Amino acid sequence: MTNPASAEQAEKVEGVEVGEARITIPGMSEEGENLATAHVETEHTHGGLGESTTKSKSGGSRADRTTSLSVADFDVPTGREEEWRFSPLKKLGRVLSDAATQTPVTLKLRKTPDGVTQESLAHAQSPRGTVFSAADRAAVVGYSQTEQADYIKVAADTELSDPLFIDITGEAAGHRANGHLVLEAGTHSKVVFVLEHRGSADANLNVEVIIRDGADVTVVSLQRWAEDAIHVGQQDAELGRDAKYKHVSVTLGGEVVRLNSNVRYAAEGAEASMYGLYFADAGQHLEHRSFVDHNSPRNTSNVLYKGALQGQDARTVWVGDVLIRKAAEGTDSYEKNQNLILTDGARADSIPNLEIETGLIEGAGHASSTGRFDENHLFYLMARGIPEKEARQLVVRGFLNEIIQAIGVESIEDSLHEDLEKELEMVGF
Amino acid sequence: MSTLEIKDLHVSIETEQGVKEILKGVTLTIKSGEIHAIMGPNGSGKSTLASTIAGHPRYNVTSGTITLDGVNVLDMAVDERARAGLFLAMQYPVEVPGVTMTNFLRTAKTAIDGEAPKLRTWAKDVRSAMEKLKIDADFANRNVNEGFSGGEKKRVEILQMELFKPKFAVLDETDSGLDIDALRVVSEGVNRAHAENDMGTLLITHYTRILNYITPQFVHVFVDGRVAEQGGPELADELEANGYDRFLAPVQA
Repeated sequence: MTNPASAEQAEKVEGVEVGEARITIPGMSEEGENLATAHVETEHTHGGLGESTTKSKSGGSRADRTTSLSVADFDVPTGREEEWRFSPLKKLGRVLSDAATQTPVTLKLRKTPDGVTQESLAHAQSPRGTVFSAADRAAVVGYSQTEQADYIKVAADTELSDPLFIDITGEAAGHRANGHLVLEAGTHSKVVFVLEHRGSADANLNVEVIIRDGADVTVVSLQRWAEDAIHVGQQDAELGRDAKYKHVSVTLGGEVVRLNSNVRYAAEGAEASMYGLYFADAGQHLEHRSFVDHNSPRNTSNVLYKGALQGQDARTVWVGDVLIRKAAEGTDSYEKNQNLILTDGARADSIPNLEIETGLIEGAGHASSTGRFDENHLFYLMARGIPEKEARQLVVRGFLNEIIQAIGVESIEDSLHEDLEKELEMVGF
Repeated sequence: MSTLEIKDLHVSIETEQGVKEILKGVTLTIKSGEIHAIMGPNGSGKSTLASTIAGHPRYNVTSGTITLDGVNVLDMAVDERARAGLFLAMQYPVEVPGVTMTNFLRTAKTAIDGEAPKLRTWAKDVRSAMEKLKIDADFANRNVNEGFSGGEKKRVEILQMELFKPKFAVLDETDSGLDIDALRVVSEGVNRAHAENDMGTLLITHYTRILNYITPQFVHVFVDGRVAEQGGPELADELEANGYDRFLAPVQA
């Protein structure tokens, strides 16, 4: 049905002219591909060293979240904030206070091959703080209370054939430990960092990963703490042009673990993969938050976090934020979280958030699933003669193994398989 | 010599609109060494029969029987049926993340034989079976069906059939989506198992193409949940020439 608009009677919908000549969707520009500028907030800037942006209320766009290195910008959370509502604040109080280190965690680089240097950095000492800006109270107090940050740098063009193992050990349960680790991979270098957290502490540990152009970096963060450890941390990375970054978080230990893993891009052509595996037993609270900020064009990201839960009051939380800013044309991103509940009484929260400000992208997707076994997987294995109990065992191990396979370091994989076997035995798997 | 007997089988499924009957009285007997082709238009119940024989939980047998050498199959769990010698080559094989092909094949073979296969001969058997089906050796290290193309998945189904040596194999549209080379290679696998193990085969297919490579002794035409006609290989030729038109109800103008 045509409706020729005359000069005086142009058809309007909600104040916007529509009709054959001009079809406009309110809120989108004519092409429908970019948010009309009137609807985009003013330029998003992150606080630099010591600078701060105005506080905005949480629960809005991820881009509006305050980031800063100044403790004054973050109140102690009440639990009503969107990003704290799942967390056990009573237990976390010990790591949210602006308190000095009581007993530090010991950090030890197992080997220092050629091309690798280790130093320490004071507060304003570059490159400390160039890629990292605290996004919540936990991160800002941890950063502020760390006088000397550890700094491990891999020189440009260095390709390390073996992983760099960094042992991070909590020396005293219930003792506050603040720490900041700066990892830098020079241009075109290739390195796998393995951060192995053991022992016990009230640990507030941040990590800053600087990935120069063309570098290929893997950071494997293993949380194998004792049962009574508390661990909060923000692990940030910025990818240079054509860089590759793989971040794998494996959390098996700790009474409360709450990690923020963030990624953003300095240029184009980079790929970021974020993998996570967590296994929560009775009484554990394991919380993982990932954030991919597509702040420049033509980069890719893929996020896959998997969890298994067993026992009464086993609790996990996953929140995955992906922000594709208006400038980030050509982005290809995907995020998924899957949870397997092995017994009654356990609870998994899974919240993917996707914010897209431009339609000129390759793809953006998100998925989340929480439940028991997939009937089709069980049927396939049983239809090959495998008894039901064994089929479930295979499916659970396969489910968890998908993340372990992503690590790519055989020695760790074997050791993690052992730990997982012990976990599964507890529930008769 | 074994016999798989299906008598007056009625099968229904639950849909959002309520219970729907798909098989309305299927009777069929297949003996060792025989090759039966089951053809018919879409929706006639061919895949339902295949899944029901294997015991897929989605399908409810409301009446009728399936017996293997006189023993009631419908009372057996899915894994028991496989161990009794029934094999289903699936139409849409699922991906099983994190479980490698080697692990899966060895676990299944152990379950079916009742004991673990000898390591050295097993590795050789798997390798040679993969070669015959033109499956790349590195598939052994991949996760089950993960990232496999349609043709690769179907060939891996036949690989399993050759390694597990069932008494009866039900092939659910194994030919769909295969190119000529894959079709030939898969058919050779079926003919090999038939010749070496006296396997009975229920070949479910939509097209007659595969029957150029695997010659059936019996052809059954499924229409609307029943066997509408039975015959020998010449029935397949007739269907190729004339299609299923004469079985379908005339459209009311």
